[in-house]
Amino acid sequence: MIQFNEKTISRVNEIIARYPDGKQKSALIPVLHLAQVEFDGWLDTPVMDYVAALLKITPIEVYEVASFYSMFNLKPVGKHVFEVCQTGPCMLRGCDDIIDYIKKKLNIKVGETTADGMFTLKTVECLGACGYAPMMQLGKHYREHLTKESVDQIIEECRNK
Amino acid sequence: MSKKLLLNKAHVEGIRHFDVYRREGGYASIEKALKMQPADIVEEVKKSGLRGRGGAGFPTGMKWSFLAKPEGVPRYLVVNADESEPGTFKDRYLMEFIPHLLIEGMIVASFALGSNNSYIYIRGEYDWVADILEEAIKEAHQNGWLGKNIQGSGFDCNIFVQRGAGAYICGEETALLESLEGKRGNPRIKPPFPAVKGLWGCPTVVNNVETIAAVVPIINEGGDEYAKIGIGRSTGTKLISACGNINKPGVYEIDMTISVEEFIFSDEYCGGIPNGKRLKACIPGGSSVPIVPANLLLTTAKGEKRLMNYESLSDGGFATGTMMGSGGFIVLDEDQCIVKHTYTLARFYRHESCGQCSPCREGTGWMEKILQKIETGKGEMKDIDLLWDIQRRIEGNTICPLGDAAAWPVAAAIRHFRDEFEWHVKNPEKCLTQNYGLANYADPIQVAG
Ligand SMILES: Cc1cc2nc3c(=O)[nH]c(=O)nc-3n(C[C@H](O)[C@H](O)[C@H](O)COP(=O)(O)O)c2cc1C
Ligand code: SF4
Ligand code: FES
Repeated sequence: MIQFNEKTISRVNEIIARYPDGKQKSALIPVLHLAQVEFDGWLDTPVMDYVAALLKITPIEVYEVASFYSMFNLKPVGKHVFEVCQTGPCMLRGCDDIIDYIKKKLNIKVGETTADGMFTLKTVECLGACGYAPMMQLGKHYREHLTKESVDQIIEECRNK
Repeated sequence: MSKKLLLNKAHVEGIRHFDVYRREGGYASIEKALKMQPADIVEEVKKSGLRGRGGAGFPTGMKWSFLAKPEGVPRYLVVNADESEPGTFKDRYLMEFIPHLLIEGMIVASFALGSNNSYIYIRGEYDWVADILEEAIKEAHQNGWLGKNIQGSGFDCNIFVQRGAGAYICGEETALLESLEGKRGNPRIKPPFPAVKGLWGCPTVVNNVETIAAVVPIINEGGDEYAKIGIGRSTGTKLISACGNINKPGVYEIDMTISVEEFIFSDEYCGGIPNGKRLKACIPGGSSVPIVPANLLLTTAKGEKRLMNYESLSDGGFATGTMMGSGGFIVLDEDQCIVKHTYTLARFYRHESCGQCSPCREGTGWMEKILQKIETGKGEMKDIDLLWDIQRRIEGNTICPLGDAAAWPVAAAIRHFRDEFEWHVKNPEKCLTQNYGLANYADPIQVAG
């Protein structure tokens, strides 16, 4: 059965308390973030149904939101997701070379996951780090000023985790 | 040195923490504000001439005075920290390095507007920045600046941080409110404006992070003093996030009297173009504003030096000028391809269109496809006219300004760099490996080193 752990449940209740009575739907996006962290990095339908029940809204209200926002994964992803920015300012600083390098190094295309389930490569649009380009998001943090060498290091680091 | 009002303390060691921030004079504006009448605070902000720093430049004091105040209905302040306009990363810097400045400004603004529960809507990817803000809020609570009856004033004030989840459109204020209500980020039809019907149908003010932070020096020094900095209707200081082909990318607080030339070439700011390259073009206010070639960037069509402020950057209208926008300053050197850069922006807008209006939903997709075609050497001459035609049909025909924001970069690229587009069409092989270069766009100034 799908269920948040106790700590997450109390976090959910804290979040709901931020809004006026009856406006608990406002907690949807924060709760989906929690769900994605707790349930393997993506939102399977039963997970979304669970969130709907928790917030007393209909499942469709959850699906339509989950599919709108690019941070929510509706399919399984690897343990480490490389989200490399490809918008103009990063392009000016050579993100194309970095993306090509990661593709070769991991032997996957953009959008794919390595066979061992370790890495997923995604391209994303501007993450607000244009001055520190090329860059990617890796979990909670940004990795900036990427070079081939630093990409090698990041991959090593992930493998050792 | 120019005067700094927001970032002057950003590098004091430990400034992220309440104790240090307070020791450096933080939270003084709240002490002052709590002794004032809310209407007088609004008056100070009006006097300061502060204009919204989120992109549109709307006068903040005026926006605050429009807030409806029906009896028995809560009012809300919502801070827009969605910051997703390509080229823009100034709010992140402010929140990351001096988070209490935003919290302080929000408390003053909440008191002025009568908002007991205020929200920061921050883009989901700024996950660690949201943690920094949560920590600052916790400290403010512990020290009696948030919560019930703050500082014995009788005013209750809470601030909550809410993360988005990856959607540029949620920076548009009504899409933001939808998102905060737990829905898809589909912009609302205006009117009603948020000042009348905003969050959960209640009167709401939405302001940018930097706008709210600027309220702190305005209250500390007085609106009149603030208005003395800058020039004309560009009062105070402005954060500029500079990126692209420059030696020193980063966030700078400028006094809006400096010239664009000084901003790009002086060591105090961008430090010039790397590798001895020359300046080709610039998008000075975030990806949505018109790109201009170097010659029109540095001097206006009238031959005056262009300055880093609202009026000067837009001098000449779209024919020869551009806009201040969000202050996302993107510099392109002589090796950059205008077609390719424009293509990445078109792809961005197609990806970010919420899909409610057909001109935006369909038009952004068409523009992306045609630009990709030209960029990859498969374009025809008539594609350039088609692009022009599509952007024209989007502009002004949509629910929210994202449509315009998608149309303008394409329009400006064709307006100023049509020969480069034509060169791509005429040289389908060469354009894959070579760049058109500078032609006649470059700055007339020869830059040393
Ligand atoms: C597509 C789109 C994206 C926007 N993104 C942002 C943003 O990321 N941050 C922001 O402050 N304003 C953004 N705005 C402007 C907001 O709608 C709103 O005008 C602003 O938050 C008001 O604050 P201000 O008056 O303090 O600038 C955006 C507008 C549009 C149309
Ligand atoms: S202009 Fe585009 S983003 Fe704005 S409401 Fe219409 S479809 Fe959505
Ligand atoms: S363009 Fe890549 S972070 Fe902004």
